[in-house]
Amino acid sequence: MTAVTRVLVRHEAILAILFVVALFVLAAQSDRFLTTANLLNQARLMTEVGLIAIPMTFVIVTGGIDLSVGSILGLCAILVGVFWQNAGLPLPAAIVLSLLAGTLAGFANGVIITRFRVPPLIATLATLALYRGLAEGISQARSVRGYPAWFATLGQGELLGIPSQLWLFALVAIVGIFILRFTTFGRTTYAIGNNEAAAEFSGLAVERTKLLIYTASGFVSALAAIVFVSRVSTTRSDMGTGIELEVITAVVLGGTSIFGGRGMVVGTLIGLCLMQILQNGLSLSGVRGDGTTVVIGAVLIVAVLISNVLSRFSND
Amino acid sequence: MRSRLSHTLGTLGQEILLVVVILALFAVVGSVNARFLSQHNLTSIFVGNAYIAVAAIGMSLVIISGNIDVSIGALIGVLAVISGLLATNGYPIWLAWLAPLVLGALINTLVGCLIAYAKVPSIIATLAMLSILSGGLITFTGGRWISGLPAGYQLAQFRLLDVPSPVWFMIGMTILAALLMRYTAFGRSVYAVGSNAEAARASGISHAATVVKVFAIHGAIGGVAAVLFATQLQVIQSTVPVGLELVIITASVVGGVSILGGVGTVFGSTLAAILFAAIGSSLIFLNVSAYWLRAVQGVLILATVLADMARRRRTG
Repeated sequence: MTAVTRVLVRHEAILAILFVVALFVLAAQSDRFLTTANLLNQARLMTEVGLIAIPMTFVIVTGGIDLSVGSILGLCAILVGVFWQNAGLPLPAAIVLSLLAGTLAGFANGVIITRFRVPPLIATLATLALYRGLAEGISQARSVRGYPAWFATLGQGELLGIPSQLWLFALVAIVGIFILRFTTFGRTTYAIGNNEAAAEFSGLAVERTKLLIYTASGFVSALAAIVFVSRVSTTRSDMGTGIELEVITAVVLGGTSIFGGRGMVVGTLIGLCLMQILQNGLSLSGVRGDGTTVVIGAVLIVAVLISNVLSRFSND
Repeated sequence: MRSRLSHTLGTLGQEILLVVVILALFAVVGSVNARFLSQHNLTSIFVGNAYIAVAAIGMSLVIISGNIDVSIGALIGVLAVISGLLATNGYPIWLAWLAPLVLGALINTLVGCLIAYAKVPSIIATLAMLSILSGGLITFTGGRWISGLPAGYQLAQFRLLDVPSPVWFMIGMTILAALLMRYTAFGRSVYAVGSNAEAARASGISHAATVVKVFAIHGAIGGVAAVLFATQLQVIQSTVPVGLELVIITASVVGGVSILGGVGTVFGSTLAAILFAAIGSSLIFLNVSAYWLRAVQGVLILATVLADMARRRRTG
């Protein structure tokens, strides 16, 4: 255990140093970078990825993966619009129903994975297609606009000078840190990732824990959908396409092993910030949006390579 | 030996089932709308989708070896653009046809090495490749379509014995791959690596070398698919078809390739690709919005995976 902790500390230390170096380099490159306004705006932009990255940390610590989060986001975004505009429900009711739908989608993932023993990769790849297909079918490629002004407070407003969705993100992150570090549930999560069969034989609630984690992943993806819709004031069926890549990159970059068993929410947060300032710095120095996805892909590979090397190092 | 026989029968069952479903679909949709069975429509179903069937052959090899590739759609997009650029910039047409095969094999050899030697899980390596290739493609082309292709470049519009060339490619490559998988040592090593990596290692099969070869072949087959894709119209769309990798993976899995590796044939994946093409066309003839197509695919892949898991549990 101490060796594992040492590696984690080292990984996070490396990350923190990288983060500081990146800050300095980017600040030297552009005087628009290191300003409160820019940093707060970047924090606003990373909230959707960040929210989903919290339950994804749990998912990956169990040795699983959830590829369907982007599709759940798209489906829930569409449902808010449909419930509100087409079904004529009040917007708060539409939001609650959409959150319920996302939770149900996550629960369905959990049932397929735990009850039917389908590997998470394949189960969520199938539901990635299914949920996105439902979003496309329901929306028929029509977008929904014209949300009331109060709804924009969540995605575009501020509270005490800080973007409102950051408060929500902070709340979810703190809950995540607390559960993973200080509860039986958190310890069960690590146990599953280290050795699922052993965890089962020690009488831990393996199935229930996994079911809850995938359900939470669906719920938080729906939450991210609400934030997203509020931020951009429209709903489209392709929302969140490919967001799973950014989420997984943030988690893995943050030191969570893709093979399960180790990782921390704090690491995910650092990984997330590093990724966001990298994207921001690149776009400030003239690289277009699509160019930054190339960098994210490369960063993901490098992050896994480093984590592989570190874990081999600690085994010696 | 008996288990091998029952496996063969099991996958053959899947193939017979697919043939029955395809025939039933043609009969039902044809009786609702006779134009569905017109030669024009049947030709367009096969010609427009043969490249998916071809790519699914390589994907089947990858999945049988116990891996996955979500970057194949992006790879096809990139290789198609490279082929088109070679053709429009005055290079000989044979080079424009051949380059995608070689480049596809080279790129995927690299991916295979990441997976086999650097121990990056295939889902992570190919997810990263997906973002690198698709981001790079859009950055490079700016989304502009390639037009002004030279005469004689449109390979997919050629006919032999009044049958369009994509159909010949589909049939020929399916048979070649089936022979390769069934009668060569390489084919058996792919099954061995996928069904029991430890046993394969113990019997002297190099796990890493087999995986790299599988990815190289998959890349070359992807190159053929890219040429068929690029040469079917007078222009080449320089964006990656959204969700193409999912269609290809679905074709493999519905075709009877077990998601857990080790089992499956390439005949099944070709039949499944034909089935999807027919379903997509049926939706139009049945006046169902094409926006539901992806949802239908999602349901199909989920149902097949659940059936596969149930069958595995029954047989132990």
